[in-house]
Amino acid sequence: MARKITIQHQLGFTLLAWFLGLLMFFPIFWMILTSFKTEIDAIASPPLVVFSVTLENYIEVLSRSNYLKFFSNSVIIAGGSTLLALVVAIPSAWAMAFSPTRHTKNVLMWMLSTKMMPPVGVLVPIYLSLKYMGLLDTRFGLTIIMMLINLPIIIWMLYTYFKEIPSEILEASRMDGAKLWQEIIFVLLPMALPGIASTMLLNIILAWNEAFWTLNLTAANAATLTAFIASYSSPEGLFWAKLSAASTMAIAPILILGWFSQKQLVTGLTFGAVK
Amino acid sequence: MGKIHLEKVNKCFGDIEVIPSIDLEIEDGEFVVFVGPSGCGKSTLLRLIAGLEDLTSGKIFINGQDVSNSAPAKRQLAMVFQSYALYPHMTVYKNIAFPLKMAGIDKSEIDKKVKAAAKVLNLTDYLERTPGQLSGGQRQRVAIGRAIVRQPSAFLFDEPLSNLDAALRVNMRVEITDLHKQLKRTMIYVTHDQVEAMTMADRIVVLQAGNVEQFGTPLDIYNNPINKFVAGFIGSPKMNFISVHDAKQLGAFEIGIRPEHMNISKTEGRWRGVVTVAEHLGSDTFLHVKTEGIGTIVTRGDGELNINYGDIVYVTPNLNKIYRFNEKGLSF
Ligand SMILES: Nc1ncnc2c1ncn2[C@@H]1O[C@H](COP(=O)(O)OP(=O)(O)OP(=O)(O)O)[C@@H](O)[C@H]1O
Ligand SMILES: [Mg+2]
Repeated sequence: MARKITIQHQLGFTLLAWFLGLLMFFPIFWMILTSFKTEIDAIASPPLVVFSVTLENYIEVLSRSNYLKFFSNSVIIAGGSTLLALVVAIPSAWAMAFSPTRHTKNVLMWMLSTKMMPPVGVLVPIYLSLKYMGLLDTRFGLTIIMMLINLPIIIWMLYTYFKEIPSEILEASRMDGAKLWQEIIFVLLPMALPGIASTMLLNIILAWNEAFWTLNLTAANAATLTAFIASYSSPEGLFWAKLSAASTMAIAPILILGWFSQKQLVTGLTFGAVK
Repeated sequence: MGKIHLEKVNKCFGDIEVIPSIDLEIEDGEFVVFVGPSGCGKSTLLRLIAGLEDLTSGKIFINGQDVSNSAPAKRQLAMVFQSYALYPHMTVYKNIAFPLKMAGIDKSEIDKKVKAAAKVLNLTDYLERTPGQLSGGQRQRVAIGRAIVRQPSAFLFDEPLSNLDAALRVNMRVEITDLHKQLKRTMIYVTHDQVEAMTMADRIVVLQAGNVEQFGTPLDIYNNPINKFVAGFIGSPKMNFISVHDAKQLGAFEIGIRPEHMNISKTEGRWRGVVTVAEHLGSDTFLHVKTEGIGTIVTRGDGELNINYGDIVYVTPNLNKIYRFNEKGLSF
């Protein structure tokens, strides 16, 4: 018997969803609000809801640091690492999903387990490796690191999507005379495209917001927007409003990207569980 | 063109031996049906022939050529899957055209062949739809279209009709048989439905636990089953087996009597019993008779038989049509 969903239930769920949504959005909303306040207004207690709007924080932040440079670093590192990771992850997820061996599950678990370790544990070896290779504070070095740290998640997500594709369809293409590359290009990729797109988006977001490695492995040249934000959190003086302005500018691009790709993201996050 | 020869074919999945050793010779143009209970290895055998599974040992020859280690594409076979396995992102046209595209045939030629195949299968009006917009029967036809559009040396079918409703199954059964007559190509057809096996096959392979129990024409298998398993598997309703002293009287360890080879009477006969189930199908009547000496037996009489639940009846076997088995279950 199907469960009956009454109007009251629906209303309750809607209200709860709105409440949770607003609760999660509130810090971002407050940050954006603060970015338009003067530093004095920003720390007023009780907090001001009505205030005189000012753009001075944005003007100051833009004049004090080279936003475009940080922005382009972020784009290159987040985008580049995601693309690079896909090139590696698509064939490996394909192999694990369609020709599994007894050890496939273990390999997958092992990959995931690398994400369970606190990154600081490998900071020194990675820092030194990059240093010896001359890749410290370079976009290339950081792109590689970012790709490696997100690779387990990308492979897991793709594996989950590929698993849902009936292997008989791939076998049919083999019977129809498709070579391996034709099978992947003409059959697998088109069917997995929504999954690949949402994996890509999610990973761009993860890489965009990544702070630990970018802060530790970059200085002036390859610093991304997370480093740009961090440079406004000084221990002294008034910085709330400027920090908010910097943060707003840092998250704006990804927020816009996320907004336009909402549908892809939702299917991505629910892993195709709802059809 | 499509002679298929299996030599000591063996397949293990890890430690499990699914097919111990099969030798089989399928002639060119023959319609061969693999039949057997669920899990007996029919699909595995078909997939070995297709090249979708690797042999553990043994050899497969197609037209005299050893293809044991060839990729599926190299074997010149076409396959129709139980789940249809259509390409969901392509239109019907593109689905049917796909094998031709892979073979590098030029566009105008592809167009001609796709349209011809669509015409044969009544798909002309649906060429621009995607598989998701088709009914089960239409999808099945697209899958067949994709198989017949090029000229494979043999067709492989893995339970292609099991997702269709009863009426459609009968139609498609006839269509596939017609197709075989037109194309005159070797077809290997897997099913666990013995009606499909009996009606479609030139020859039937009865499989059990990865072994070929018997390979022969439908009537040969029906009339001369080699052992108890084949006797019980082919024929509907199932053959009745009797192993009590009646069997000894008739000179066997165990005897088998098909439901259609018994005479039913209200007044006299060999075994007396009570009707526990009476199925009136119109054309036939199936009676389950609970006897005193030999347990419950199933009989088949004509449609006009006016016998109902609870009636007392007498059942007499046609002694010329009795199957005799020894202790090992083999016919003699
Ligand atoms: N990839 C596999 N790994 C391990 N065992 C398998 C695999 N494929 C099939 N088997 C086993 O091999 C046996 C035969 O399977 P198969 O699919 O050939 O049976 P079938 O005769 O086609 O049955 P059905 O009528 O149910 O389709 C089964 O016991 C099955 O569990
Ligand atoms: Mg099967």
